[in-house]
Amino acid sequence: MNKKGLSTPYVIWMAIFVVAPLILVVVYAFTSKSGGFTFENFSGMLQYAGIFSNSFLLAIIATAICLAIGYPLSYFLAKESATIRKVAMIFIMLPMWMNFLLRTYAWMSILEDTGLFNRLLALLGLPTLHIINTNAAVVIGMVYNFLPFMILPIFSVIEKIDRSVIEAAQDLGANSVMVFKRVIFPLSLPGVLSGITMVFIPAVSTFVISKLLGGGMTWLLGDLIENQFLGNVYNPHLGSAISLVMMIIVMICMAVMNRFGEGEEGAVVL
Amino acid sequence: MSNELIRLKDCFMAFDDQVVLNSINLYIKDREFLTLLGPSGCGKTTTLRIIGGFQKPTSGSVFFDGVRINDVPPHKRRINTVFQKYALFSHMNVFENVAFGLRIAKLPKAEIKRRVTETLKLVNLPGFEKRSVNSLSGGQQQRIAIARAIVNRPQVLLLDEPLGALDLKLRKEMQIELKKIQQQVGITFVYVTHDQEEALTMSDTIVVMNQGNIQQIGTPTDIYNEPKNAFVASFIGESNIIDGIMNEDYMVTFAGHTFRCLDSGFAQNELVDVVVRPEDLHICAPEEGHIRGVVESIVFKGVHYEMIVRTPAFPFLVQSTLHRAVGQEIGLSLTPDDIHIMRKPKQKDAQAAPLPDAQAADA
Repeated sequence: MNKKGLSTPYVIWMAIFVVAPLILVVVYAFTSKSGGFTFENFSGMLQYAGIFSNSFLLAIIATAICLAIGYPLSYFLAKESATIRKVAMIFIMLPMWMNFLLRTYAWMSILEDTGLFNRLLALLGLPTLHIINTNAAVVIGMVYNFLPFMILPIFSVIEKIDRSVIEAAQDLGANSVMVFKRVIFPLSLPGVLSGITMVFIPAVSTFVISKLLGGGMTWLLGDLIENQFLGNVYNPHLGSAISLVMMIIVMICMAVMNRFGEGEEGAVVL
Repeated sequence: MSNELIRLKDCFMAFDDQVVLNSINLYIKDREFLTLLGPSGCGKTTTLRIIGGFQKPTSGSVFFDGVRINDVPPHKRRINTVFQKYALFSHMNVFENVAFGLRIAKLPKAEIKRRVTETLKLVNLPGFEKRSVNSLSGGQQQRIAIARAIVNRPQVLLLDEPLGALDLKLRKEMQIELKKIQQQVGITFVYVTHDQEEALTMSDTIVVMNQGNIQQIGTPTDIYNEPKNAFVASFIGESNIIDGIMNEDYMVTFAGHTFRCLDSGFAQNELVDVVVRPEDLHICAPEEGHIRGVVESIVFKGVHYEMIVRTPAFPFLVQSTLHRAVGQEIGLSLTPDDIHIMRKPKQKDAQAAPLPDAQAADA
């Protein structure tokens, strides 16, 4: 039997659930409420520039923090014994088994003005901080929720680096700093790039986190889009246009990043 | 060729109570091709890794040019390694792989380019600079690994079964090429292999190891012709190892016959191992030989026939260019220098016993 035929169900699945909605989004983005072709949805978007820049800024900060925590964690974890690695992985994955909303609600009660965190500060005699309903709270929520997506790809790449390649670098005169700079880091880049992708994309489009932890004070793109579809303004045409623009910006970001990474190692998942 | 470059003194190594190296003593001369030969798990790779600095002996010392280097990390040793699976940097092209050590040493760009080009020529891969290492065949990757090591002009090159992954024909070519490279660059090669033929082809000195002990150190001819014990005899080439009794000096009885031999210094009537190489047994008429036997099987091996000759005492492995039919009775004759007498190991586990003779060879 032709083995190529086996992919048919997946191709159909993708056509129905990926391609068709995408076409729908494009169609909506270029039509007006009356159904005619228009650029209006895009020209009116400039007023949301603030939301765009805020969304990208918060997502970039959250991704950077995830990378700053996730890379060293993966690097040192990969050096540990198999047992320690397994246990650590379970702890990294554990929060993901809990409901996303539940996790975020938990952070609400932690970050509240009279929440766990501030009570801890007070106990230590430190001044309390107003965190809930600020951008900081949103970033904390993003980092907490998306950190595993940074750790997993980086860890699995570093873990697979052949021990003898590292020994070869040492053998050729590289001290531990140079081994890291010239061998381990370049070899782990594919993991870093897919980690960044997997954190940045959900972070830039989230609306639950900003709603719960940002208290509606700061609108992100996700909130804006959600409002067009489910909110009182109800304008799926504008919502589609915003989605489309966001998608294109994200794609450009990823393409630039992959190009940057290509010098070191082959292309990475987009 | 005579000055000593590396010395291992009483190197003992154990992992979780398992003895990997049993206090070995060994010295390596400058510019020699020395091979550590033995079955897997004999400690040869561990010995190599100790010299390279990737492992520290549990006790004992490693000297390089008279200086103790136990605590010197690999990147500070003037030693480079060709790893078993090449361990090339897959994120760099051929040029960058070979230039790695030179870049670390911060050599001027023009010098790096000159040396890389020159070394690629030496390993027969000129013009491969821009190629990706992943696109190369096993043999080519092997050459790059060698180039990457020798471009740094180390005093010693360590090679850990570098030809293991290549097919037979390529392996033979590379053996000759490696020897040629060693003579051209004039540096010490320490080579690890389990392939006795490879060791015999390339080495100046062979160190036969088994279960963490050095069994014998010598030139390929010495090791082949004068194996020190039954293990060496059976590991290097094929042999018949027969129980015998040393009647007196130069007289030994085995397989129902008393032979003159060249060995002395045994107790009277001491039980010994007698080693006879299959190519040293000469076929003759039944009444002319020392031993009579019946051909049990015969196999054509290309250069010679290999037969099993059943005698009352022992089934002899015989290699000869003569053909004899299965079932035919034949005679086998031996000259005194075809007979090698070995002391029976004192312990039950022959191969684990440290051999004072082997240790003395490097003193």
